[in-house]
Amino acid sequence: MNETFLRTEKLSALFNGERVVKNVTITFQKNKVTAIMGPSGCGKTTLIRCINRMHELIPGAATTGKIFLYDDEIGSINPILVRRKIGMVFQKPNPFPTMSIYENVIAGYRLNGFHLSRDEMNATVEESLRKAALWDEVKDVLHRKGTFLSGGQQQRLCIARALAMKPEVILLDEPTSALDPKATSRIEELIVELKDAVSILIVTHNTAQAARVSEYTAFMYLGELVEFGSTKKMFTVPENSKTEEYLMGKFG
Amino acid sequence: MKASSTGYRIIKDKLFISGVVLFSFLSIVPLLLILFYIIKNGIAVINWDFLTQLPRPMGEEGGGIINAIVGTLMLIVIACLVSVPVGVTAGIYLNEYRTGKIAESVRMAVEVIMGIPSIIIGIIAYTWIVIPLGSFSALSGGVALAIMMLPVIIKSTEETLKLVPNTLREASLALGVPYSTTIIKVIIPAGLSGIITGILLGVARVAGETAPLLFTAFGNPFMNYNILEPVNSLPLLIFVYATSPYQEWHSLAWGASLVLVVFVLLMNFITKLVTRR
Repeated sequence: MNETFLRTEKLSALFNGERVVKNVTITFQKNKVTAIMGPSGCGKTTLIRCINRMHELIPGAATTGKIFLYDDEIGSINPILVRRKIGMVFQKPNPFPTMSIYENVIAGYRLNGFHLSRDEMNATVEESLRKAALWDEVKDVLHRKGTFLSGGQQQRLCIARALAMKPEVILLDEPTSALDPKATSRIEELIVELKDAVSILIVTHNTAQAARVSEYTAFMYLGELVEFGSTKKMFTVPENSKTEEYLMGKFG
Repeated sequence: MKASSTGYRIIKDKLFISGVVLFSFLSIVPLLLILFYIIKNGIAVINWDFLTQLPRPMGEEGGGIINAIVGTLMLIVIACLVSVPVGVTAGIYLNEYRTGKIAESVRMAVEVIMGIPSIIIGIIAYTWIVIPLGSFSALSGGVALAIMMLPVIIKSTEETLKLVPNTLREASLALGVPYSTTIIKVIIPAGLSGIITGILLGVARVAGETAPLLFTAFGNPFMNYNILEPVNSLPLLIFVYATSPYQEWHSLAWGASLVLVVFVLLMNFITKLVTRR
């Protein structure tokens, strides 16, 4: 049942020589939600940005160690192909302002120059928006600008845009930190529904959110992976005293 | 004691506000006076013939400035063809590579070009193009104007693209879109109105330039569509007519001034429209 599809091996990430992720070795299970939590600045966002090779785009950034997607080492694949297999949703909703809702969903194909027939495009757009639980709200306004939507809808549009590429995994980088509680719970429901279709890694500094949506949780502190295991176990009997202190709100 | 000092402060405050209003108003007075004067003197000669006919020899009634209008448009088109590709690309480069030796020197060069007197740019175009080709030409005039437009376009492209949020670039890259496509299909469309604004401001800046055209486009009393031959332009025509001793030519110069000012105002107006969108 459990299948490892993504793992890191002694992964370190550096900014101008300073290590912000230190020797992280971790395995992710297919079709599960894995939460990465920890206080601000612990390197959790940097960790997932290494996975789709977005980290290296920042001047002065470097990585050591290896990441495997199934048997392929990510460092040896062209980053463009890596990013098509590993989708990402960012903290702040970022639909393309010049494109309509429809064009936003299909943007991954359009911008990459893949030619789809009209029927294929329509099908992909509908399927992706349905998966992102946005279809019913936008099906009559598909050709309006994506930026007319509310913040929560924009974030679901960004999820649909990532899903449209049919990735192996979606990385969610604190996807609800810019949203109100109602939109947040909507996204959380969506995450739980989505895991049958796609594996999910979610970065969050909200421990309650990690407990609500994830099956596995990784706790990071000062760039190190402190504890990793099933969410249930971590939130009831954490092995590490640091994890316990964090969960009890003593720091972070 | 307390009351009187408060009263004094209120008075000071009111004086300051009226001062600000007064001086702001004073700054628009010159514009209004210029417009008033040009319209008053120029409107009388403006008619269909004035806009569509060639100038007549001295002593004949009527005649128009169509050759200067066409020449100005030709010069602007040539200037845009040269400066828009170079300027927009350089602006993109400066935005993408903010630090580094090349970016720093390009940035400095842009500021220096901005400050070079236009007559010197004319001389440069003269030595580069007029001398090798052996003739004054629309091409050389267009290149001189292009050099003047460059800094405006580069600066405004860079400033506009700086305002395009980095999250957009990341959104595109995270979809596996190559860098070049991200720039062309995501970043530039997001900043397009600003880039167009820069181009229009550049056009407005050079439309009225006379000095760099004196020994490049040179002026031409006849109609010319050949870019390798001299053309007339509105500012050159105004210069020649206004310094001539003939009363009729003076009024033609006023009419041409009105046409030129309206053109420049129109550019500024379109710029405003584009930015608002």
